[in-house]
Amino acid sequence: MKCDFCEKKATVFLTQLVEGQMKKVCLCDSCAKERGVTDPTGFSLADLLLGGLPGGPGTATLGPSSPSPGNGRKCVTCGFTLDDLRRVRRFGCSDCYATFSEEVGQMVRGMHKGTSHIGKVPEGLMALQFRHQRIEELRSRLDQAIASESYEEAAGIRDEIRNLDEVRR
Amino acid sequence: MMRFSTLVKHPADWMTGGQGEHGAVLTSRIRLARNLRRHPFPGWAKRDQRAAALDLMRPAVEALPAMKGAFSHELGDLTSVQKQVLVERHLISREHAARGDGSAAVIERRQTFSLMLNEEDHLRMQAIRPGLQLTAAFGALSELDTELEESLEFAFDPTLGYLTTCPTNLGTGLRASAMLHLPGLVLGDQIGQVLQAVNKIGLAVRGLYGEGTESLGNLYQISNQSTLGESEETIIRRLERVISQVANHEQNAREKLLEDDPEMVSDKIGRAYGVLRHAHIIDSKEALNHLSLLRLGGTLGFFPPETVMVCDTLLMDIQPAHLQLHSGRKLSPEERDSIRAEIVRSRLLSLESPDNRISSNDEKNLPDPHNPGDA
Repeated sequence: MKCDFCEKKATVFLTQLVEGQMKKVCLCDSCAKERGVTDPTGFSLADLLLGGLPGGPGTATLGPSSPSPGNGRKCVTCGFTLDDLRRVRRFGCSDCYATFSEEVGQMVRGMHKGTSHIGKVPEGLMALQFRHQRIEELRSRLDQAIASESYEEAAGIRDEIRNLDEVRR
Repeated sequence: MMRFSTLVKHPADWMTGGQGEHGAVLTSRIRLARNLRRHPFPGWAKRDQRAAALDLMRPAVEALPAMKGAFSHELGDLTSVQKQVLVERHLISREHAARGDGSAAVIERRQTFSLMLNEEDHLRMQAIRPGLQLTAAFGALSELDTELEESLEFAFDPTLGYLTTCPTNLGTGLRASAMLHLPGLVLGDQIGQVLQAVNKIGLAVRGLYGEGTESLGNLYQISNQSTLGESEETIIRRLERVISQVANHEQNAREKLLEDDPEMVSDKIGRAYGVLRHAHIIDSKEALNHLSLLRLGGTLGFFPPETVMVCDTLLMDIQPAHLQLHSGRKLSPEERDSIRAEIVRSRLLSLESPDNRISSNDEKNLPDPHNPGDA
C-alpha cells in the first residue's frame, strides 16, 4: 500500500474517530515523522485530515512535489520548530508568534470573533513602546545633525537619548 | 506562610453566597492568562528555565498587597489529596494538579483569588465571586494584573494582544464563566434547547469540572470561547446578559413545573429528602443529584432558605478528596460512600420534612408544598 502523501511504501497505519466517523491514514516512514505521527500523545488525525496548517493535506497539494515549508524554520529564542507547532498546535515562547506569523494568521482565522486585539494593553508597555519610538526618532535626527555638522545640536540630542535609555533600564 | 489546613478549614464566602437570581447562579469566575516575555512557555521550557520563570514570578505575586499572607506552595510540596482538594474547590485546574516541582499555587486567604504559576501559561490568575458578578470579579483581577505589570514584563503584541501558549487564548487571555444550577430546565425537558441556543452564540457549556466533564447535579458552566477581537467588557457584558436570560428561563421553568405538575415536584423533592436524610451508603453521583433537588426545594419554599447554603457547602464537602481530608486517611470507594452518607445525614439532621412546613410559607408568596398550585 502506498503512502497517502507521497509515492513511497506506507509503513504507518492510523485509525481514529474524527467527528464521529472512522478515518484511516497510511503513511510512509518519512511522512509519518514529518507530521509527528510517531508521537501518539501530541497527534490528532483531525488536524492532519482537516488541514489548517500549511503543509498539511488540507491546504497543500498532495504528491511527491508538495513543498514542506517547515524544513529548518526555528524560533531563535527558544528553538521551537514548525514541526513542533504542527504536532502540538501550541507555541514555544512569545517570540514564536513572530517566527511563525504566517501560520499564526491561518490558525487564528475562524478561531475567534476577530483577528486583532481590542481590550486591555499593559500600561508599562505603552510607555515603553512610546519611548522606543521616541528614541528611534531622535537617532535619525542625530544622524542628520552629524551629517550637517551641527555638532552642538547633535550633543543635545545625544544627551536626550541617553536620558531616555536610562529611564528604560 | 499559610498552611494548607488553615486555607481549607472554612468554606470560602463565594461557595455559599450564590442565592441571588433565585439561586440559579452559584459562582462567577474570571481567568486571565499571562506569560513572561522571551521566557519559553512552561510546556516547552527545560527544567531550569521553568525554575527561572518561577523564581521571577513567585516573589512578584507574593508581594501583591492582596496576596498578603497567602497560601503559596510549589505543587511538589503538596500531597495528591491536597492538590485534589484544591481542584474540587476550583482553586487550581486538573492540569495544574498533575504538575510537581517548578509549578506553584498562590491562593489568597479568603480563596477569592488564586494564581497558578507555570500552568499551561506562565500565569493563570483567577478571581471567584458568589452569584452573577463577572464584572466585579474582572475589575478586581484586572487591578491585580496591572499591579503585576509593574514588576513583570508580560508578552504582548499590539495586534495579537497577550500572547499565550495556545492560540485559543490569545488577545485578552480572558475566560469568564459562571456555574449555574438548572434543575427546572432539566425536569421541564427544556435544557437541551436552552444550552443549544447558548452554544449557537459562541459560548461554551460544560459540566461541573470543566472541559470534558459530565454534568452532575444539574450544574452547568457557561463561558466565552473567543478571546481575540473583542474587549474584556464586551465579552463579559454578553456573557452576563446570556446568563441572566438562562436564569430567567430557569425561574420560569420552575414556576411552570409547580403549576403543571406539582405532585411530581413534591415527589422528587420529598424522595431526595428521604434518601439524603436516611441513606447510609451513597456515591457521589447519587448524592449530587439528590442535593440538587434539595437545593431546588430550598428555593421553592419546601425548606427554609438557608438550605441552599447547606447544599452548596455539602456539594464541596462530599467530593472524594474532601472526604479523605476530613477523615485524615486514604479511603476505599466503599468507605467514602459511607462517610459521605454520614456527613450528609449529620448536616441535614435539623432539616424538617417538607410535609411539616405548612403554615410558615405564606409571607413570601412561597408555594405550599401540600398544594403548590395555589402559590
